[in-house]
Amino acid sequence: MADVFGQFKDSLPESVIADAKDAATKEKMTDSQAKKLMEALLDEQNKMRVAPGECVGLISAESIGEPGTQMTLNTFHFAGVAEMNITMGLPRIIEILDGQKKIATPMMEIYLHKPYSEGKDIKKLALRIKESKLDDVAREYSINLTESTIDVSIDQTQIEALGMTMGDLVKAVKKENKSLTVSSEGETITFKTKTKDDTFNEIYKLKEKLRETYIGGIKGISQVLPVKRNEEFMIVTAGSNLKKILPMEEVDSERTFSNDIYEIENVLGIEAARQAIVNEVYKVIESQGLNVDIRHLMLVADTMTADGNFKGITRYGVVSGKASVLARASFETPIKHILNAALYGEEDSLTSVIENVMLNQPVPVGTGLPKLQMKTK
Amino acid sequence: MADVYTSGRFVGTVDSSEEFRQKLVEARRAGEIPDTVNVHIDTDTDTVFVESSKGRLRRPLIVVKDGKSLLTNDHLNRLKKNDLKWSDLMKDGIVEYLDAGEEENALIAFAEEDITPEHTHLEVSALAMFGLVTSLVPFANYNSAQKVNTGSKNQKQALGFYAANYPIRMDMDVNLLHTPQRPIVKSVMHDISEYEKHPSGQNIIVAVMSFGGYNMEDAIVINRGSIDRGLGRSTYYRPMVSEELRYSGGLVDEISVPDKEVKGYKSERDYRYLEDDGIIYPEAILAEGDVVIGKTSPPRFLSGMDQYNLTADLRRESSVSMQHGERGIVDFVLVTENGEGNKLVQVKLRQERIPEVGDKFTSRHGQKGVVGLIVPQADMPFSASGVTPDLLFSPHGIPTRMTMAHLIELVAGKAGALSARTVDSTIFDSEPEAAIRQELLGLGFRDSGLETLYNGRTGEQYKVKIYIGNMYYLRLKHMVTNKIHSRARGPVQLLTRQPTEGRAKEGGLRLGEMEKDTFVAHGAAMVLKERFDSDRTTLPVCEECGLVAIYDEYKKRAFCQVCGESEINFVEMSYAFKLILDEFKSLCIYPKLRLEDKY
Repeated sequence: MADVFGQFKDSLPESVIADAKDAATKEKMTDSQAKKLMEALLDEQNKMRVAPGECVGLISAESIGEPGTQMTLNTFHFAGVAEMNITMGLPRIIEILDGQKKIATPMMEIYLHKPYSEGKDIKKLALRIKESKLDDVAREYSINLTESTIDVSIDQTQIEALGMTMGDLVKAVKKENKSLTVSSEGETITFKTKTKDDTFNEIYKLKEKLRETYIGGIKGISQVLPVKRNEEFMIVTAGSNLKKILPMEEVDSERTFSNDIYEIENVLGIEAARQAIVNEVYKVIESQGLNVDIRHLMLVADTMTADGNFKGITRYGVVSGKASVLARASFETPIKHILNAALYGEEDSLTSVIENVMLNQPVPVGTGLPKLQMKTK
Repeated sequence: MADVYTSGRFVGTVDSSEEFRQKLVEARRAGEIPDTVNVHIDTDTDTVFVESSKGRLRRPLIVVKDGKSLLTNDHLNRLKKNDLKWSDLMKDGIVEYLDAGEEENALIAFAEEDITPEHTHLEVSALAMFGLVTSLVPFANYNSAQKVNTGSKNQKQALGFYAANYPIRMDMDVNLLHTPQRPIVKSVMHDISEYEKHPSGQNIIVAVMSFGGYNMEDAIVINRGSIDRGLGRSTYYRPMVSEELRYSGGLVDEISVPDKEVKGYKSERDYRYLEDDGIIYPEAILAEGDVVIGKTSPPRFLSGMDQYNLTADLRRESSVSMQHGERGIVDFVLVTENGEGNKLVQVKLRQERIPEVGDKFTSRHGQKGVVGLIVPQADMPFSASGVTPDLLFSPHGIPTRMTMAHLIELVAGKAGALSARTVDSTIFDSEPEAAIRQELLGLGFRDSGLETLYNGRTGEQYKVKIYIGNMYYLRLKHMVTNKIHSRARGPVQLLTRQPTEGRAKEGGLRLGEMEKDTFVAHGAAMVLKERFDSDRTTLPVCEECGLVAIYDEYKKRAFCQVCGESEINFVEMSYAFKLILDEFKSLCIYPKLRLEDKY
């Protein structure tokens, strides 16, 4: 029996074989019956194969493009949680497919290990992740003009909430402001400029700068929101920094993800970026109530990541990699491409669709693909 | 302290903006300053704007003081007796015109009952919020706002009796409805605008029912008998103009029957209707290609080589002739002079337009539709009393569009027609629907407007009662004969050798970028090639230099201008591609074709 299934190991997916095995044992099949079943399955699978010459790329483009015309142009959409805006809809798809390096609303979903995922210290953890600034813990700023000093009184409850002590704070502040003399006394920190006669304007500017002083947390994360999803606590953030988040011991690095594909590529590699493209585009399409086969998205993601770099579908990205001059010229900025081709003496071997449409020759897909081969003596 | 601006220019400050405004308004009402001045206060910035510039849209309102309208019954009675005029009311400060700015500071009551002490003005009439054409929509307050809008837009496109002196006018592109009727269901605005002197529709019998699917998706089914009796019949007038232009060098156009020597001479047959002066005679029946005004122009350019050219002094043919697929009768001919003293000939062409499948009709509620089928009267549904509807309207057009007034007009029209009177359907002030229905009941019909109809083809009674009544229907100016277009072979563009574009040039219908993609997606490579074969050419290409060579038709041989006698092969390609190769060459880019055996 096992022998029969073993034969098909290379031609059928594991899950199909496993299912067939179960069915065969349940139905108490004989070897020949099982073989017949497997052959039928293989036949069925082969029927589903894409035929040679099928124009898969164009079909993907049409399959994504057509529902795209129905998409509402809602830029902002409350994705389940209050207080957080996430780019959705068509702008988001354009953002992903164009391969923009700076996306409009970077965001992370941080999954946690037990016991944090059960809600232990979730608020504390969230506050630790959030990028904190001196302004978050300061109660009052007072400027002493004669001494050229700025006194900042610190709200003790705020630093406690961040899990810091006064000593930690002073250390952090000192590190960030090496050009100033920093001293602390009780609940106040005093900053003193090294030059003596500063104008009021300069000190005021300095004060504004001090407010933005980084004192803790993870850089780039401007908002945190602990949420409970499917009986599990997790943290949703605005702003993304996978590099710092993933090594944290509380974080389940296997499930945590960001919506910044460029960052994913840098931190987790190109395969992860490919999967992220599929997931993110699919999320948008699904949220609009549209139905696109995921394999179309996979093809798009594959072309965007095929050469090991995350490339957008623009004249600088995927299109720039096309072999044909005429194909590139027909996309955007034709003069630039033609002149460059002339400079380098490029040759166009007319192997893809657009060039052949331009020349009015059969396109090399579908029925245009097969050619006659003559045997030469 | 508040800043004051007059017509957008800063002039100074006042202590209290409100006090200042009131003073100005009072002065205006008392006639101390012109009534065209408007004041308003921007409450956010406490700034006073005094406007007297032109171009502001203003509307009249009745002034309200201390919760009471200044317009009394006494005024109304005197107005009725013609004792008092509108200008008198304005002089007395009872009525005033507000612009958009001053309206912001006003609180306007819709009806006299609504007035509270806070109100400053009273609407003259609820009708005042609509424009002229919109006020012509009957029972418009029962319609969805969007449909009131489209309904009024449609009326502007309706055929009618546009001008009483139409026979002697030379208008562009006009239509004239043969038998326009006064609407049974009308509003006050119909009287004010003297609509009955220039009506643009007809009262017809409408049944709301489907008919074999021929009136789905907004189509309508029309009774052939009604058309034969003149429903929607119209005439289309089109002018044809030509002028004797003067050119530099004392050369002039000449309106005459062209000589046979003239460059571009059509054929003797095409000029057969022209009289000796080169102009057609009235009542000539014309078809496609016939010349209406014969004209010749001097040769286009007189330069260089032309003096050696014997044909150079020949005049060009530049007659005005009937376009592709066009027919008509000459209505009248006008010979005159234009502003520059040039001879000007205008010929008015007339065409009778009988409604046909594809013509557009509409009620006054934005319920437009295209004729889907014309049914012989014998096949139309009929009622017990023998009434056949003129038009069948599909009920599916009603729910999503929410044009309740369409349905109300139907019963109102029925009641009006039966009791030989007009029904008042003025917006917000119409006859109550209940009364109309009650009247219908008194006339021996169901108050619901439903009637039992019988299938005209089988004679069987329909299982449901049909909503049937009279409505005012308009024929719109969009007619198929002006729009129908198809092409197999035809003219091509000079530059690209691709088919021309547009109906007027007998153009092709473009198979665009996205349509092309569908062929590619199907893998139908050969179909695609065939579709793009319109500008196919076969060109000799030099194997050596890869440039397009020359074929000498006299010597029957090909040679390359660059390489001379080299191996030359013929390549099939689109002319557009040959063109782009030429354009590359003009950019000093050498497009070298490397030929390969196809098989």
